[in-house]
Amino acid sequence: MSVTAFLTDSTLCIGCKACEVACKEWNGVGEDGLDWSGFSYDNTGSVGASTWRHVKFVEQTPEPGFGGNAPEMNSWAFSSDVCKHCENAGCLEACPTGSIVRTEFGGVYVQPDICNGCGYCVVSCPFGVVERNEQDGRAFKCTFCYDRQKVGLVPACAKACPTESIQFGEIGALRRKAEERLAELRGRGMRDATVYDPVDTSVGGSHAMFIVRGDPRTYNLPPKPEVPTIYLKKAWASSAIAAALLLGGTLVAFLADGQRNGR
Amino acid sequence: MLNDLLSRWPLIRQLQTGADGTGAEAMTEHTRNLRPKHYGAEVTRSICPYCGVGCGQLVYHRDGKLISIEGDPESPISRGHLCPKGADTYELHTHSGRQTKVKYRRPYSRRWEEIDLESAMDMVADRLWDTRDRTFQETRHGASLMQTKAIGHLGGATLDNEENYLIKKLFSAGLGMVCISNQARI
Amino acid sequence: MAENHPVGFQWVIAARERGAKIIHVDPRFNRTSAMADIWVPLRAGSDIIFLGALIHYVLENKKEFRDYVVNYTNASTILRDDFRDTEDLDGLFSGWDADKKKYDPETWLYKGAPSKDSGGEKAGHSDAGGGHGKDRGGEAEDAGKFEADPTLEHPRCVFQVLKRHFSRYTPQMVERYCGVSKEVFLKTAEAFTSASGPEKTAAICYAVGWTQHSKGVQIIRAAAILQLLLGNIGRPGGGILALRGHASIQGSTDIPTLYDILPGYLPMPVFEADSHNLKDYIKKHKARTGLWANFDKYFISLLKAYYGEAANAENEFGFNWLPRVTGDHSHFGYWLEMAEGKMEGLFVMGQNPAVGAPNGRLERKALAKLKWLVVRDMVETETASFWYDSPETERGELSPDDLATEVFLFPAAGTAEKDGTFTNTQRLLQYRNQAVEPPGDARSETWFMYHLGRRLKEKAKNDTRPRNGGLNALTWNYSTRVEHAEPDVEEVLQEINGRSLPDGKLLEGFKALKNDGSTTCGCWIYSGVFPRPGENKANKREPKGYLGHGWGFAWPNDCRIIYNRASARPDGKPWSERKKLVWWDVEKKHWTGLDTPDFEKTTPPDAKENIHRGRGVEALGGAKPFILHPDGVGWLFVASGLKDGPLPTHYEALESPVSNPLYAQQTDPAADKKERPGNEYAASPADPRFPYVLTTYRLTEHHTAGGMSRTLSHLAELQPELFTEVSPELAAEAGLEHGDWATITTPRGIVEARVMVTRRMRAMWVDGRRIHHVGLPYHWGYRGLVTGDIANDLLSISEEPNVRIMEAKALVCNLTPGRRACGAAALTQLAANMKRTSVSTK
Repeated sequence: MSVTAFLTDSTLCIGCKACEVACKEWNGVGEDGLDWSGFSYDNTGSVGASTWRHVKFVEQTPEPGFGGNAPEMNSWAFSSDVCKHCENAGCLEACPTGSIVRTEFGGVYVQPDICNGCGYCVVSCPFGVVERNEQDGRAFKCTFCYDRQKVGLVPACAKACPTESIQFGEIGALRRKAEERLAELRGRGMRDATVYDPVDTSVGGSHAMFIVRGDPRTYNLPPKPEVPTIYLKKAWASSAIAAALLLGGTLVAFLADGQRNGR
Repeated sequence: MLNDLLSRWPLIRQLQTGADGTGAEAMTEHTRNLRPKHYGAEVTRSICPYCGVGCGQLVYHRDGKLISIEGDPESPISRGHLCPKGADTYELHTHSGRQTKVKYRRPYSRRWEEIDLESAMDMVADRLWDTRDRTFQETRHGASLMQTKAIGHLGGATLDNEENYLIKKLFSAGLGMVCISNQARI
Repeated sequence: MAENHPVGFQWVIAARERGAKIIHVDPRFNRTSAMADIWVPLRAGSDIIFLGALIHYVLENKKEFRDYVVNYTNASTILRDDFRDTEDLDGLFSGWDADKKKYDPETWLYKGAPSKDSGGEKAGHSDAGGGHGKDRGGEAEDAGKFEADPTLEHPRCVFQVLKRHFSRYTPQMVERYCGVSKEVFLKTAEAFTSASGPEKTAAICYAVGWTQHSKGVQIIRAAAILQLLLGNIGRPGGGILALRGHASIQGSTDIPTLYDILPGYLPMPVFEADSHNLKDYIKKHKARTGLWANFDKYFISLLKAYYGEAANAENEFGFNWLPRVTGDHSHFGYWLEMAEGKMEGLFVMGQNPAVGAPNGRLERKALAKLKWLVVRDMVETETASFWYDSPETERGELSPDDLATEVFLFPAAGTAEKDGTFTNTQRLLQYRNQAVEPPGDARSETWFMYHLGRRLKEKAKNDTRPRNGGLNALTWNYSTRVEHAEPDVEEVLQEINGRSLPDGKLLEGFKALKNDGSTTCGCWIYSGVFPRPGENKANKREPKGYLGHGWGFAWPNDCRIIYNRASARPDGKPWSERKKLVWWDVEKKHWTGLDTPDFEKTTPPDAKENIHRGRGVEALGGAKPFILHPDGVGWLFVASGLKDGPLPTHYEALESPVSNPLYAQQTDPAADKKERPGNEYAASPADPRFPYVLTTYRLTEHHTAGGMSRTLSHLAELQPELFTEVSPELAAEAGLEHGDWATITTPRGIVEARVMVTRRMRAMWVDGRRIHHVGLPYHWGYRGLVTGDIANDLLSISEEPNVRIMEAKALVCNLTPGRRACGAAALTQLAANMKRTSVSTK
């Protein structure tokens, strides 16, 4: 059983949103509002409790003679966002009920049967992926199609993706593929292409990597995501110092008081 | 029994294995038994009903009920992929807005009525027969015309070849209707 | 293509990743442009200038694939001395009859071809019908006597005529009238032509952005000329590929539910002097050479499939049971009659004209004139509900209290709930197997037609009037299953495939068809799909090779690339190793290769042609790949069969802000505007009341008129509302705010939409003026999870002369900020807009 990952290559994404629909069809997730956003062709906004895959549309200024594949300009880009299934997952570390687990495939899975909706995971996700369902309060996000992976099936989004922009496979192989692809794109003149896989941060890399053109922030990908729990040690230390000081202060106060009383 | 019960308690399992409580030891029975919803279901090969590309679909069903519809990886056309519409074919078949009864609206009525299928078929056959009979022209200037222009047909292009074949055969070759058209016109 | 055929587009991406260049020509920068290397924003409706300029570029720079052009096209054929081009007659070809508003195509014939002057038959073109039938064979039918000049130097040979015809279609003309700079044009021309030749091929993919014009057929023709000149037909990676928008829209013309053709593109008999009996009808439509030399075999086998034993030589195989066409009975033709109260009943199956058809207001109001209407669909469509919730009921134009129409809405089965075949965009038949039973009283159309037919035959059985001869003879004995008495769909497919008589053996292909009544065949081009009991090739799922043979069945004869003999040189060897497809196996003495050869298997490449005297396909010899044509070559020039000219010529759209820069003739002379109250037009050209170009289109997330997408939550949420796309320049000129509302009007309708201001739309400079486009997707209606105004209410009902398609991709409109009025006031607002005399700009 191998450790798996997604590699989402935005240079192949046509913005069709098949991944969003395939995900919702497979996982029985409902629509999350029938409102027109006016934001390019994107009316589902962002990843959340009722949208586990989300295609972001980045519009720029096209020029005649240049399509979106021209290395000279990046005129209208699409990228399918998803839970990153972090190596060091903030949500998982924050979950007090043991509801969030790491699967044998490396994915981070919220067990809906025991999630009590406390919401600690929501604030602990450096990517803003986990969200509570407004109706029942429980937290939801991409399951990495754990059910499908268990019997060797590809996640629904990757299977549907018409242009194979969403690739799925063994994580090491995909990391190598991402590097090869990056070299190829740069070779074609796309100097602005990058691989997004935050291995050098406290997140420690992810099981959902991306190839994008331009600044990853444009695609809702933070440049330096950090797991909130890295501050835990510091927080513990400060708390200890504070506690010691408080204790010291109290003792001093008592002593002073005793002295006063003794007088 | 007690052992069994205790071993389901994640904390006990965690203590037993020495794990950190975020892996398999923390999985509930539901999670451990998780299987894809179409696991062991019957599968029927189909083709996507939306555009003309003709992507392969696998229709999963159990006890006469649809479970899911996804791409057919063996299709040399689509290699298992589907667009957002094709990926929504399960909802197309199962959503609550589908009609399941014949609805009938009488002249000048403000409402639909539900009628049974066989009566509806009889009623349509009667109207078709009557209109055709009153409007049919067998000849013009002594030559064969065999035509009625009073009844039309407009078909969608999501109908099957066999359906279209029977439509053209009955309506044109059998009944003499000439006003026959289809989405394919546009 | 990325927008509307995402899964097909994976192959374009795959090619791109291997180095192919993708050029996308569209007024809007859309999801296809976003994947392309070159985006060409073209003024809507100026396609023939653009394509003509590409043709001109090829000819001017001698980029044509000479060996292909000389051997496989009619470039060398010499035309009559009295043929006059649009260059000579300022936008008209010779033969125009201004009173009848149609062409007499006599002068377009090949020099030496039989003509009425020389005692031959009159040139084609039935008044009714859509350019089908004999016209397909053209007056080249008797191709025996035409003259040719293989040097292509003769001043009246097709090649030279073509050069003169397109001589003014220059890069400068493109820059001035298409809104495309010379640099971008030349970049495109260079990329496209350099990808063609023996070692390379280039493909053209198109959809209704090219066909829904008053000259749609001629746009496709221009693409065909370009591809023939570059040698891109019948070769792998080449072609002109229609991207069809429905699962079986190809099937719906192969086995048509259309008024003017029968299955396999056989013409419906028209009520005219030379079609009153079978002999005359066959004489009219049968060609001497090429595949249409077997016309009688295809046709008589169809009659035998329809009428069975009752059809025999004595009664002309039931020929006179077929109804005669007496005019334009197309969708628009009969709908206008419906609007005049001339029709009583209508069946609408899986179609939603209340939203999907042009001039929706006229279409919906026409429904109210019916006595009875039968709608079959999976959901209650706007067509079924027009009588109580259409805009017309809201605006007081219709009221259920005054509306006598009886309406039946039958629930239909979905694709997973029935057996049947779809024919996809590449002519591939794929069988679907039923997975589950349909819910409640939902049934397939096969069920509906079978049981309706059963009832009617019962009524007719003791009625011996001539009108019931065909109905009584009609073979209608399909087996039914116990469940719901659903007919056996494979039996219908077998009838389509054909059988020999009297043994009833299934046929292996159309070559087995006979003209003496000893074979039956429901659609000759599909013959071979079911060659033996238990062998339904449409249901085969064992793909092999890169063309996927073994998966489904492509007509004809499971050939995946039509006219593939052209992939080999005249001597039978591939043009190149890289682009080989089929070739002559010298040792085994037959055609072989990666595809099923679309050619007589054992006819050697050096077999002499005998077009002058021979018959059938044999007469074409071993080196004429276009076997459907009587002269066996691809047609740069179409001598007959087209109603608006033998060569594509630029005409402006019926409504355009621009005067035709090339000719005095502004619009396609043969196009039918169907102008009448309720179907009015803007003044042409440049009506100041309607200053902007309107173009309509689809989005990835929805399907046509929305019955299969607006009703589904997962699709409705992706595109929940009608919006209009405008450039920042237009927004500034018209005073529109992004996210706000705009009202769009044409002489036919009024529509409100949310405003999307985007740089993906561009103002264009055309002849020194700034031209703005208004983009409008058309999926919304008044029912479903998401609703919106109906974009098609803005269109007119018009008919392209050859296939009677409307113009939906280039028209004019006005655009004002804010929402439209509600109720009857909307009509007042519409009328007020018509009365304006000048544009109010902010």
